[in-house]
Amino acid sequence: MNGAVILASLQPISLNLIADIQQMFSYDFMRSAYLAGSLIAVTCGLVGYYVLLRHLTFASDALSHVGFAGAMGTALLGLNPYFGLFGSSIVVGVGMSQFGKTQARRRDVAVGTVLAWVLGLGALFLGLYLANPTTNTNIAIGVGILFGSIFGLDTHTAWIIAAVGALTSLALVVIARPLLFASVDPQSARARGLPVRLLDALFLVLLAITVAEAVPAVGALLVFALLVTPAASIQQVVNRPYLGLFLSAVLALLITWAGLLMAFYLSYPVSFDISTIGFLIYVAASIWRWLRAHSRWERKRAAL
Amino acid sequence: MTFPPFFSFGLPLASSEGPNFSWNLLVDLQDMFQYDFMIHAFLVGTIIAVVAGVVGYFVVLRGLAFASHTLANIGFAGAAGAVLIGVSPVAGLLTFTLAGALGISLFGRRLSQRDVFVGIILALALGLGFLFISLYQGYSTDAYSVLFGEILGITAQDVVVALIVGAITLLALAVFYRPLLFASLDEEAARARGVPVRFLAIVFLLLLALTIAEAVQIVGVLLIFALLVTPATIAEQLTSRPVATLVLSVSLALLFTWGGLFVAYYLPYPLGFFITSLSFATYLIVWLAKSQLRQLKRVQTTLEGERV
Repeated sequence: MNGAVILASLQPISLNLIADIQQMFSYDFMRSAYLAGSLIAVTCGLVGYYVLLRHLTFASDALSHVGFAGAMGTALLGLNPYFGLFGSSIVVGVGMSQFGKTQARRRDVAVGTVLAWVLGLGALFLGLYLANPTTNTNIAIGVGILFGSIFGLDTHTAWIIAAVGALTSLALVVIARPLLFASVDPQSARARGLPVRLLDALFLVLLAITVAEAVPAVGALLVFALLVTPAASIQQVVNRPYLGLFLSAVLALLITWAGLLMAFYLSYPVSFDISTIGFLIYVAASIWRWLRAHSRWERKRAAL
Repeated sequence: MTFPPFFSFGLPLASSEGPNFSWNLLVDLQDMFQYDFMIHAFLVGTIIAVVAGVVGYFVVLRGLAFASHTLANIGFAGAAGAVLIGVSPVAGLLTFTLAGALGISLFGRRLSQRDVFVGIILALALGLGFLFISLYQGYSTDAYSVLFGEILGITAQDVVVALIVGAITLLALAVFYRPLLFASLDEEAARARGVPVRFLAIVFLLLLALTIAEAVQIVGVLLIFALLVTPATIAEQLTSRPVATLVLSVSLALLFTWGGLFVAYYLPYPLGFFITSLSFATYLIVWLAKSQLRQLKRVQTTLEGERV
């Protein structure tokens, strides 16, 4: 079941792509990783698009860190870390939705202080867990939560993650239209009779579930790589909202597939592959946007 | 392959047969200071606390909390990379944080979506750091100690480096104190008066990078806020005079560091937890006391209003 061990004894990549993919999918752990990874990616791509619209980047970072402390806490109690991961993220997500709009500088400082303490708490749980090496044998559990451990998923967990991801994506698609309106122009949305506060709270809960979902793929520290990077790259290139939302999910999916493929053959960690591919795509999108803004054709069109 | 002492998690001394706490503090301190590494930890901790307390005041004034978070994470990649090629992690930390500070001051200004840019850099830096760390065997403990801080294995050389870096930072802050304070409080007015605002911003980011590279050794990459941002935030709530805020911020940072080191000597858990808990508890107490006072004042004014 341990993917890392199998990966060490693999044949190098051949130039026959179909044979390569067949070899990859002959392993149980790779099938689980692709199943869970695909749904995680789609959910992150969709939710991330709204995270950028609503300026919630720092908040999503904080949520994932809370998830780390929760997961370590439940692991310490001998339970499945996923309970703590999802539980603590959702509780804090609901709590965050109760905050009003405060001054950005004050909010950042408060978030930072709480974040440092929650991480310190996670460090304590990790220390307690490691202090008892006879019962707690998995010393890499902390690294797994912080940096991802998708090759360690068993089939059962992979199906659960896929199901949760599918439900979250579905819920987001259902409220996509009113949520877009409420994110871009909350005042008009309220005037039109939309339940803006309810939508805000609902979105934070969806965000909390998504962040907890993404932890096995990229880890609590690297949630940005799947949540923010695809949406930010798409926003550089596409202006139309629904097309952007769709393409953001597609891009997240492609980045994840490429990352898993790269991790399988080069045995670099998945989260490194995903964050690097994402970064390169973002750089390419930024350059493309810059070129377009400075091209002669575009300037001529603006002059007209 | 063996790891430099910088990379181990918790204090092996503090196990069941480790030091015992007595209620005689003098004996405790004597017991503690017979170990070289505790003396070094206290020396480095003191230097870091003083510098972080001063620099943190300007971080809060200039709204650089998220940027400090990112610089620390860039430092993580630096430390991991340095150990991979067999150099001192402090050298890697300094190189990467300084380069990161230059990058943020060059690109961060023009970009409209600064948070997004910073977030993407953050993900890249952490991914890179994890790659470096995982190229080792038995990488878990290494990652833990860089992320959550560490007191074991601070050498005499590290103390000297911390002293030099700290002196440079404090000296530079003393030189630029007045224009920097002016520019931080009211950027527009400072620019109108001919203060080189842009130059000061770059200088300050570089000083911040130096401070973070030093502080990471004690509190770790993830917990940097506890020494950099929280003391200054608490101080700012208690007084509004700049010099008093600075003194208070430094005192609080010292208190958290010394308290954390003292407790961590007796308990086998990460130092970072104790420092963050002390600073968070103080933050909460001050916040609660302030809101209670405000409520009391409101009640008082209402009562006086009714009397009139």
